[in-house]
This record gives sequence, C-alpha cells and structure tokens, in this order.
Amino acid sequence: MKPPAFTYHRPATVQEAVQLLDAHAGEGAKVLAGGQSLVPLMSMRLAAPGHLVDINHVAGLDTVEVTSTGVRVGALARHSRVEHDAAAFAALPLLRQALGQVAHPTIRNRGTTVGSLVHGDPAAEMTAVLAVLDGEVELVGPHGSRSVGAADFFVGPMETEHADAEVAVAATFRRPPAGTGSAFVELARRHGDYAMCGVAALVTVDADLAVTGARVGLISVGAGPVVVDLGPAVSGSGGGVDTPRARELVDAAIDPEDDIHATATYRRHLAHVLTERAVAQAHEAARGTRRSAA
Amino acid sequence: MTTRMVGEPVKRVEDPRLVTGNGRYLDDLGHDAFEVAFVRSPHAHARVVDVDVTDALDVEGLVAIYTYEDLVADEEEHGTRVAQALPLLIPHPTLTHGRTQHALANGEVNHVGEAIVMVVASDRYAAEDAVERIRVDYEFLTPIVGVEAARAAEHLVHDDVPGNVAARMVQETGDADAAIDAAPHRLELDLAIERSASMPMEGKGVHARWDADDESLTVHTSTQTSTSVRQAVAAKLNLPVDRVEVVTPDVGGGFGVKIVHPWPEEVLVPWAALRLGRPVKWTEDRREHFVSSAHERGQLHHVRVGYDDEGRLLGLSVKFWHDHGAYIPYGLIVPIITSTQLLGPYKPGAYRVEFESLYTNTVIVTPYRGAGRPQGCFVMERTMDAIAADLGLDRALVRERNFIQPDEMPYDQGLIFQDGRQLLYDSGDFPGSLAKLKELVGWDDFAAYREQARAEGRRVGIGMACYVEGTGVGPYEGGHIRVETDGTVVVSTGLTTQGQGHQTMLAQIVADELGVPFERIRVTTGDTRRFKYAVGTFASRTAVMSGSAVAVTARAVREKALRIASDALEAAVEDLEIVDGNVRVKGTGENGASVDLGAVAVLSNPLRYAFDEAAKRATQFAAPADPDKPPVAEGESPGLEASQFYSPPRSTFANGMHAVVVETDPDTADIKVLRYCVVHDCGTLINPMIVEGQIHGGVAQGVGGALYERMEYAPDGQLLNASFMDFLMPYASEVPEVEIDHLVTPSPLNPLGVKGAGEAGVIPGAAAIAAAIEDAEGITIRRMPISPSELFHLRLENQEAGS
Repeated sequence: MKPPAFTYHRPATVQEAVQLLDAHAGEGAKVLAGGQSLVPLMSMRLAAPGHLVDINHVAGLDTVEVTSTGVRVGALARHSRVEHDAAAFAALPLLRQALGQVAHPTIRNRGTTVGSLVHGDPAAEMTAVLAVLDGEVELVGPHGSRSVGAADFFVGPMETEHADAEVAVAATFRRPPAGTGSAFVELARRHGDYAMCGVAALVTVDADLAVTGARVGLISVGAGPVVVDLGPAVSGSGGGVDTPRARELVDAAIDPEDDIHATATYRRHLAHVLTERAVAQAHEAARGTRRSAA
Repeated sequence: MTTRMVGEPVKRVEDPRLVTGNGRYLDDLGHDAFEVAFVRSPHAHARVVDVDVTDALDVEGLVAIYTYEDLVADEEEHGTRVAQALPLLIPHPTLTHGRTQHALANGEVNHVGEAIVMVVASDRYAAEDAVERIRVDYEFLTPIVGVEAARAAEHLVHDDVPGNVAARMVQETGDADAAIDAAPHRLELDLAIERSASMPMEGKGVHARWDADDESLTVHTSTQTSTSVRQAVAAKLNLPVDRVEVVTPDVGGGFGVKIVHPWPEEVLVPWAALRLGRPVKWTEDRREHFVSSAHERGQLHHVRVGYDDEGRLLGLSVKFWHDHGAYIPYGLIVPIITSTQLLGPYKPGAYRVEFESLYTNTVIVTPYRGAGRPQGCFVMERTMDAIAADLGLDRALVRERNFIQPDEMPYDQGLIFQDGRQLLYDSGDFPGSLAKLKELVGWDDFAAYREQARAEGRRVGIGMACYVEGTGVGPYEGGHIRVETDGTVVVSTGLTTQGQGHQTMLAQIVADELGVPFERIRVTTGDTRRFKYAVGTFASRTAVMSGSAVAVTARAVREKALRIASDALEAAVEDLEIVDGNVRVKGTGENGASVDLGAVAVLSNPLRYAFDEAAKRATQFAAPADPDKPPVAEGESPGLEASQFYSPPRSTFANGMHAVVVETDPDTADIKVLRYCVVHDCGTLINPMIVEGQIHGGVAQGVGGALYERMEYAPDGQLLNASFMDFLMPYASEVPEVEIDHLVTPSPLNPLGVKGAGEAGVIPGAAAIAAAIEDAEGITIRRMPISPSELFHLRLENQEAGS
C-alpha cells in the first residue's frame, strides 16, 4: 500500500494551480485538497496520478460565506468547519444535519465539502444536499470560470462535470423559500459508514402551516444523488405529504443496485421508509420556522 | 504488611507506554533494512505458467527478485529446506490428506493472495513498483469456493485429494441414533456460521539481521510463539538452533492468526537476510492481511436431537462441514474444538459428532479467538432454543434441566479434546451461573417488558447462550526469575504477549509469591535470548500456564533467599518471612533484624572483585566464612535466581453465560443491542480489571461476528471486501456497554486456581444475539451473521410463507 512516484506541486494561487493542471493534463494530474479519498486510492494503486497539485496553500479558498442567496463554501473549507459554522447553520440547517453523518470527526477535520462533491461518490451525503438545494459548483479553468448546477454536475458514479484542468473553487448551497424545514435521515451499517440509503428532505409550509412544496434528495440508490420533487404528493389545503404517492414518486426515480451490504430490494424499501421519516422531520421543522417567525 | 496483589485491579504497567504511542512494533524496527513486497496471485485457482521479471529489472532501488526456482536452487547449493512445503504443525491420525503451502508457489496457486514472487528493494515503494511490473502467465483452473462446492467435489482444489476432504473424524459416546429414534420428541436443524477473521490492528511483520562475523541470525517477528519460530527458521535455513534468536517486539494484537508459523514470510525474510548479508524487513499491509493470512468460523451443521417431555436431551447427533481453505498447516484443531466444546455445560445423552474438513480455494482457516467454540456454541444453543420452542418451555428452564450439576464435577464428557487428553470438566457451577445471569438481566421480568414495548410499536427480544471453554492447554510453560543486587526482580517467560497485560498480571503473582513490591518487578516475554523453552500464547493459556510457572519459580527463589538469609540473620529458615522485599524474622516487625533481597542477591554470589559498593559485601575478605566449606555450597548455584516449569495433566475448563436484549426496527430492520450481560467463571481472578477488559474485547468481537463481519467471497474466489471500508468491524458506537458478574469456582488443577479468560467474551455472541433477534421477530434464525438487509428479506419470506 505505497503509491507509485508522483510529482508534487504546491501552487500559491488558483491560476497557478490551473496552469499546472493544464500543463500536466496528459500525465494525469489531480488536485489534492483534503485527500480523504484520493490518498487511500493512491496507496492502493487504484489511482496513479503523475502529478499532485496541492491547493492547501492557495489563499482565499478556506471560506464559508452566508449570502443572500445561500451558503458559499470554499474549496478548502473542511467538513467540520462547515458543520460548526453558526451562520451557515442558521441559514441552512440541512448542512449540519447532513455533515454530522459524514464519516467520523477525524475525517471531517481533513476532508473538504467541495472535494467530496467533486469526487462524486453516489453514497456521499453532501451530493444529495447540493442537489436537493439546487446548488452549483464554481469551476476555474484555463479558459476562465463557469458555474455548473447540481443537476448537470453529477454525471455518474465517481464522475462529475469538470475538466481535468479545472479547479472547483467553491460550491453554493441555495437557500430554499421561507417556511422551509429540512432533515437528513440515513441508515448505515455502522455509525459513520457510507449509508445503505440516505434522504435529505425539504418541506415548505405557508403562513397557515399548509404544505406548499416538498423535495427529497436520495443517496446510494442511483448513479448519483437522486432528487425527487414530491410536489405531486402534496395534498390540498392544509394537508401534508401523501405517503403512498410519495413512495410512487421515489420509486420511479431511483435505481438501486445490490451490493455486499444491502440488496436493491432492501434499498428501495429503505428509500420509502427513510423518505417518510425525513419528510415528517422536515415538515415538523418547517412548522417550527413559521412558529418562531410568528 | 504488604497488600496482596493477586485479586487487585492493578493498573496495567504497559499502558503509559502503549497509549502514548511509545510502543515499539515490528515496523518501528530496522529503518535501514531492505524491504520486501510480494507478487500475490490475483486468481483463486491457477497454474503458474511463466513469470517474466524483465520490466522490473530497471526499477531504481531493486535488490533481488526470487521465485520458487530460486528456493530450489538454494536447497541444492546450501542444503536448506526453503523450497519444501511448510510444516503441518499438528498432525492427527484422521488427517489423511494434509497439504501445506510452499513459501513461494511451486507452480500452482490455490487462493487469491498466495505469494508467487518475492521482491527485495531499498524500500517498500520501490518493491511495490517492481511488483507491479512483473508479469505472471496463468492457466486457469476452476475455483472451489464455499462448503457446498467443496463437498459436491465436482472439481478438486488439490488433484491428489479426493472429494476435497482432508479429514473425516467421528467421536461418539453411546448410540446416539438409537437414542434419538427412541425419543418422544425429535428435531432436525441446519445451521451455518460464516467466515470472519482475527484482524489484529497490527498485521504480521518480520525483520531479520544476519551477523556474518558471529554467524548468527536475529529475527524479530510479530508472532504468538517466538520459541517455535526459532526452531522452524533454524530447520528451514539449515542453521544450528544455537545461532538463531527470535524476539517479539510489541505486538499489536494476535487473536490467533499469529500462532500459525512459520508463515512464508518468516522463512523468506530471514533467508533473504542471510543470502544478501543485509537486514531485510517485511511489514504486511492490510490488503495482504485479508488475502494471505488466515480466517475462521465458516461451518455448516446438521443437527438431529431427541429429548423427553421436559426438554432433557436423550441423544444428539451432529454432522458438520468445516471449510479450512486452501491448506491445513494448523491441522484439525478448530473442528476438534467445535465438535467437543459444542456440548457446553450440558449432558447430551448419547452423542455422536462427525465432521469433514474440506479444502476450498480461499485463505487458510486457523484458530481465531474462540477457535471453533462460537460455532459449537451457536449450534448447541440454537438447539436448546428450538427444543424450548417445540415444547413451549422457558428457554432458561430447558438449559437448567440439561446442566451438569456442581456435585458431578469433575465431569467426564467421554471425548478426546484438542490437546489429546480427556474432555474432563474440572470445575464450575452452572445452575449458580444461570441464577446470577437471570438476576442480572431480569430474565423473568422480560416478557412484561416485551409486551409493553409491543404496545408502543417497538420490537424487543432477549436471548441467552452458555458455553464451557477448555483453557490453559499444555504441554507446559516455564519461568525464570532473578533478583538483581539492587533488588530489581527480573522475570522471564517464553510465551509472547500481544497487549493482554501479561507484564502486569505476572508481576502481581510474583509480588505475592516472593514478597516483593510490585514496582520492583520487570517482566519479559517472547524473547528467546531470555527464555528458550515455551509453547506460545493461544487457547487462553497465559494466566494458567505462565502464571503458574512464575508462581512456582517465585517459590523456588523465595526458598533460596531464605536459605541464604538464614546464615546472614543467624535464624532458622522456618522463622523467616519476606515482606516488602526484606527478609526478616517473623514477629520482630520492621525494627527487627532484616536483610533486603538485593543484599541477599549479593551474598548469593561469592565474589573476588568488588565492582561496586554493594559487591564489597560478597568479596572473599569481607566477612567471616567457614574456611572448610566451598564458597558455593554443594547443590547451590551463584545468583538469587531459579527456573521452573509448570505442566498440567489436562486443560482447565472456564465457563460463562451471556444474555442479550436487542431491538429491531419494525420498518428498517435495523438491529440494535440494548443490553449485554455476562456472567463469567474463570476461577480465581488475578486482575479483575484485566479480565473485564478481556471480556469487553471478546464481546466486541462477538457482536462483530453476529452483526457485522463476514468474508464476502465471490464464486470466483475473489474476496470482495478486503478492506476496513467493507469488512465491517464494530466501532465503539456499535459495541454495547457490557454488564458483568463473576462467579468464582477455582480450578483444582493449578497452584493459583485460575482458568483462562482471553477468549471467553467472544464465544456466545452469535448464539445469544441470534436468540434475541428470534425472540423480537418471531422468525427462526438459522445462520449468522445477520444484517438488516438479511433480516428484511427473512421478514419477506416469513410473510410469504404465512400468507
């Protein structure tokens, strides 16, 4: 478990990082941020980049900013920093709700939220959070910068929309409408493991506490995060979310697979159960936002 | 008066060093050594057609590449035995088709991970670079994976082993089949336990240094038996045993896997050091440990049982199939233990057990903590629960009715145990233990709790499991104790330690037996330079064997100290005592005449030269002496030291009973252990805190084996979860708090009254948890481990069967 030789680079700016990635694109150049996925893959020789571009010394990337539209997380913000940022929690409780279930504290102390998004593991909690919040990822490349929405960013398992010479500099999690409550519910074999299924839920209620919208993002049941708009399951005036209808909507959207920890049938069952639980929790939280506003 | 140390929860002297990161493990040694990596087979069953090393030759830092042919050439040139198959360590008459591996594959590989080529390089990075560039051509053979495929025997693992059967063994007491056929009630059960593994935090590792001037070899290895590795290495390398020493540094856990020896690497690394004339080191990585060390547990059982209206066993017949993997270097120990210890605390009526030990194209199977007992316990306890269900009786009551009673001890089960001796229980009070367990867990009140939980929409269940564990198997262990002139007491025993707290526990015994302060005692284990005769650390034997050995050794040192001091104090030996390291006349208290043991050590060694102040007292003109007697009396030897051995007639039998409360989620099928209660009888407790720590660790592994751990082999023989990401050992978050009560029935077999405690905690885990899940769900559990996904599917099957 020793990686093959590689050339290590330590750029000071994003531009320098992009130039290095561009110059060595043909030899397999990778960005090193938290290293919690990349380094083990290299040690097992499952990944063998010829060049590592370590962005840990690039200024200005270790940021968590709350803006009018949402929470912008810089490429060097560790999971634990995002998790414990009070303003980010106030703006988007779902961030902390989900991050508490990302691996273990020691991993969260090094691993970065943006790195996890770029890695694109379909079992990673934050992919569903970005997707359900309709967020976006900012990429800087040799030809300038661009933003890619979550719906386009997650292409497949461990595959995301970014070019080899691009650095993901930030991700923005968008603030949902007023009156929205959130929850993240998952079931893992052990505490901190990748979940067999996980659900990020948003439920929005109006001033009369009637549900006006519901949305879930699921992990581990598709090639990437699966977002399901439960709007069609929101029943009429003053009602909640219709469970059988929500199950049908989830069922139609997911495509789970068997693995050694859980069968596809079981994951599908969990998607139903956990959606129901997450929606109920989010609904309760949504009522809470209205009560505290009142 | 000195406080008695045995029985006290003395803090472990090892811990300040180990928990602050100052342990010295194998990989902490030899930073100047060449390092080794192996080309290991990616295929489960294949012939090796060709090995092409061309591309590896220009790797910077490459030192040497060795294949099987090099081992053959070395045998011819140097008379070594490095190419021969590794030894079959424990032969048995029924083991008719024993096959062991070669240090490097000799033309055929029989499991993924088997070593084919050894690369030596300046460091492990370069060695792995070279490994990656070596090409091996294979001719594929059909892999045999799992018990069903092995016993179907449509294909063979070894061409010359018909039916894939290494051994078939039967033991019986009475005519079980007739007893079962005549019984008023009968049941048949098929039961299965899957593979797990020891998984010590530190894998294996070997460092070897050849001193050409001294013509001596020093091997450090992460082993559970340094003395036997020494013999094996000397034999393999054709070196005089006297020129080989084997030392265990700190060892980061063993749990059984490191009792196997010599591992291929324990032959190859010393051999390379000898041939290259440079220190060579190999540190196993985690993936290597998964695919090239050892696993355990995989067995299928078929049970026939006959019993009366009250649930008493009349006859029990068990046939089982034991998957021992590609080779069988450790012999039949695991299935023999299963077949005998299955009986637990019960009288089975007429008993017949038959097993077949089968080859498969998977990693070898050798003892892992519990060593066949968890399977046996699972089978017997599932049978007890099935009888209770059949008759509508309380599960505890059925057990109680089948117990061996205290007044029946010693009790002969009429079988031959793993040590070749009678399966004769020396002690135990099973009804007493059960009463304690029922009290501890609240067994009789549980039905009401279960109903109340049901009413709240929750599912809870309770289960129990009992076991008897033969511990402290022979043949012997020894001790050496020397009192230095500064009063330090140096204790050595030959078996090894892997973090259990032996230094503490053995020092407690010596402190009491010799009468010296605990702090003055230094204990060394597993270093053949210090002690050359030993067996090893396995079968929960250290407290029994080395504990007893150092106790009798300390008594011998005490006697010698009193003889010497009686001259110095001009008092009779019978009038002397040793308190706090001082020999004094009984009844005179602290102000009476006394001589400290350091001074006795000085006097024990008549000197010509005064090399320091203390030594002056022992020189020839220092004190009046009888001019007609030799300075060293006849029958005495210089030095305040002794060496003694302890060899018991047979194993001593510890026992225990566990009760578990689980909750299952009605929707997700998630399984949570709410309570875990243990009643434990290991005889006299030397250090209750260490015993409880052993139980905690054992329970953690039991929970792992019940709910999380399994080796996932694909039908082609690939191990799908060879990493800690996918092989799920329980974290602290998965291990319940363990509630412990002790019952002490001292063993009559040894001077301390102790029975082993190392493996106990793991044994009943799968059995008790299966029973609790069954109780919560009302679904029969016949195989373990069980995951939420599997429980969900069991529910579906049960619904379909019910509709």
